[in-house]
Amino acid sequence: MSRSRLRTQVGQLARRSVLRTLRQPAQIVPALVFPLFLLAVNSGGLKDATSLPGFPTDSYLTFALAVPFMQGALFSVMNAGTDLARDIETGFLNRMALTPLRGTALLSGLLAGAVVLGLVQAVTYLTVGLIAGAELTTGIAGALTIIALAVSITVGFGSIGLFAALRTGSGEAVQSLFPVFFVFLFISAMALPLDLIQTNWFRAVATANPVTYLLEAFRSLLFEGWDLGALALGFGIAATVLALGMLGATSALKTRLVRT
Amino acid sequence: MATDMQAGSGIEVDGLVREFKNGPRAVDGIDLRVQAGEIYGFLGPNGAGKSTTVLMLTTLLPPTAGTARVAGYDIVAEGPLVRASIGAALQEAALDPLLTGREHMRLQTALHGLTKAERAERGQELLERVGLSLAADRRVGGYSGGMKRRLDLALALAHRPSILFLDEPTTGLDIQSRTALWDEVGRLAAEEGVTVFLTTQYLEEADALAGRVGIIDHGHIVAEGTPAELKAEIGRPTVEATPRDPAERERLAAVLARFGESAGGSPLGAAARLEGGESQLAEVVRALDAEGIAIERLQLHAPSLDDVFLAKTGRSLEGAEEEVEETADEEKEAAVGGA
Amino acid sequence: MSGRGETPRPAGFRAVALAVAWRSVHNFLSNPAFLLPAIVFPLFFFVAFAGGLSAISNTPGFDFPSGYTAFQFVFVLLQSAAFGGVFTGFAIARDFEIGFANRYLLAAANRNGIIAGYALAALTRALVTWTVLTTIALVAGMEVGGAGVELFGLYGLAVLTNLAATLWAAGVAMRVRSIQGGPLMQFPVFLILFLAPVYVPLSLLSGWIHTVASVNPVTALLEAGRGFVSGEPVVVALAFAIAVTLPVLFGLWARGGLKRAEAAG
Repeated sequence: MSRSRLRTQVGQLARRSVLRTLRQPAQIVPALVFPLFLLAVNSGGLKDATSLPGFPTDSYLTFALAVPFMQGALFSVMNAGTDLARDIETGFLNRMALTPLRGTALLSGLLAGAVVLGLVQAVTYLTVGLIAGAELTTGIAGALTIIALAVSITVGFGSIGLFAALRTGSGEAVQSLFPVFFVFLFISAMALPLDLIQTNWFRAVATANPVTYLLEAFRSLLFEGWDLGALALGFGIAATVLALGMLGATSALKTRLVRT
Repeated sequence: MATDMQAGSGIEVDGLVREFKNGPRAVDGIDLRVQAGEIYGFLGPNGAGKSTTVLMLTTLLPPTAGTARVAGYDIVAEGPLVRASIGAALQEAALDPLLTGREHMRLQTALHGLTKAERAERGQELLERVGLSLAADRRVGGYSGGMKRRLDLALALAHRPSILFLDEPTTGLDIQSRTALWDEVGRLAAEEGVTVFLTTQYLEEADALAGRVGIIDHGHIVAEGTPAELKAEIGRPTVEATPRDPAERERLAAVLARFGESAGGSPLGAAARLEGGESQLAEVVRALDAEGIAIERLQLHAPSLDDVFLAKTGRSLEGAEEEVEETADEEKEAAVGGA
Repeated sequence: MSGRGETPRPAGFRAVALAVAWRSVHNFLSNPAFLLPAIVFPLFFFVAFAGGLSAISNTPGFDFPSGYTAFQFVFVLLQSAAFGGVFTGFAIARDFEIGFANRYLLAAANRNGIIAGYALAALTRALVTWTVLTTIALVAGMEVGGAGVELFGLYGLAVLTNLAATLWAAGVAMRVRSIQGGPLMQFPVFLILFLAPVYVPLSLLSGWIHTVASVNPVTALLEAGRGFVSGEPVVVALAFAIAVTLPVLFGLWARGGLKRAEAAG
């Protein structure tokens, strides 16, 4: 297949993905409102946590601002996954299977919607956080890096949603993943830094949880300053999630899009 | 591009089988031939194997055994070439409710490799042809069932295929929408020479559209031929009459007996199978009139495709719909899940 | 069975309620997709809050006699009570969507029994959850300062919270009659729960969240519940006044929803 044909396919599917995302307020609004609400509640309710010895910042809001980016990724799993599951359930995937569409074009195109959502989320969370008084030690460059990291994570998790949709073919099954990812988010350094978690087993699980290092990457940009190690780990994890998600999705697509 | 491929526009199927893991044979060794430009009706109850056959012929489901050539290309070895030659409107309308009709056309034509200029032109042409030009910029989520089916047909024609697969295209449509769709399908075959492979569970649809009909039951083709041939095979039309004066019943029966063997009839009347077919009805009326027998009721019963199905399978096609087996998509899901 | 010519006696309120409750509880217990989340989610929250945030009890001014585990246990208990009611609302909406609710409306002479049946089912489901949650909390070493009466008061608050949430969700479900009403049932409950002293006592909150939590009725329920578990009851009268009033108000709301559903046919 020619490069231009592949580009056209990816472009058209990306266009569709973006349009669908933007035309579903029910996907966008909760993804924006819910994390910001929790940010407000948690930063208000846990403000005094900053007085604990060893807490890395005076502003719990700044500390907690990392969390919405991860919650946004969770919505990306659901949105990307349920959109593709709907295509499978309605037979739209069959329609596309009858065209010369390449599988990689399909997956790449579908993630375009996740990119847009990730971008909108990241800009919103950061803007609201800064208006509310959060710190941003690394300035504009840091803000751009935060947005890039957030989009990478959203796309990575979106690919997991695609894998789930292709594997199960069911929107309900994709939705049932929500608690699984929710647990992943909670049993991390979400509410307190790793070294202030007192419960041993919880700290052990949080230490092993990649979400902790994603949070630390955001926090390094917000209040610690440039920490290339933390950033490398954060982007590396996002890239790994994307790679694994795409690997799974590509494999599942071969079975789902069974064509001779 | 797809339109350059003119390797043929017929369908040849030999011993096609589709078996599912731990399940029944959904298609159990079917043979059929569809000539270029023909409208072939594939009739059968739910679960008979119609949709599974369509999925195999459109390369969306590999067969377990047997061979088939669509537009001259092998469905297993030359899948992409088959897909470039065919259009398909499958059982579900398979549309995205968030996109407009025009956006669907743009996507479909782009995926088939039409140039930007061709996409706009072809899209507009097809939307006009199916009567959706006014609704083209509305989201499909707001379309009626008939509109969705028309858009589905338009999308299947985007790349000018030589063969069109329609899987139960009028299920759930009102009579007006159904008739409009029939007209368009008929026109495609007659004026553009498109070969149409149409599956249906509606007898009148097969009767109205198809030049030849194949009847499938439990994965086997149980009968094949033109509707007229199939009906003639199992019997001739029956005329049934009831005299106004019950005392005339025997005389009535004697008159009818001149036109064919007795076929029972109601206790108050008589019936006979017309040797010469439906065209003898006028003669029957003249004969009854000549004998001075006043008639209360006169009915002509022509054999239907349901009668054909009944004769071949021992079951009525319309009653057989109540036997719910897995649909082809559920079968495909089982196949995918088990893979 | 009535004989020929006899007018059949319609089922009364109690019979209708028990029949509706039976089906709902049967579906809940026999379907892991319903049963497991109802147990696992509250456990998970308990573990995440009590385990992950235990250091919060070291903040200056945090002085809860029974420890952070018990502090969070009360929140999770009331949260599970509230969400149990919401999930019953989902079940009601589903019943309307698939047409099963019409079966109830046709068969039940006393339609209030339908609402009562769903509420009874919600409570039964909640009891299953609370049994597991309490057991795990005790095994995890939760300190209980309260005596029998106080613990009865704690679970009494939970029962009334469950009832209020069920009636709220039922009212929404019967008006919307579709699972699309799910977020409408869920979000206000989520909002009101989290705008309360979830992580620290009211006295340690400040700013806007303190203002909001001060007027939030759930705050009184939480404080009373925490008082019960620690054996130092506080704001008991206020809490029960709220806990009793909410079901009454939402009961009217649910009844209105039933009338709407009847009118819609």
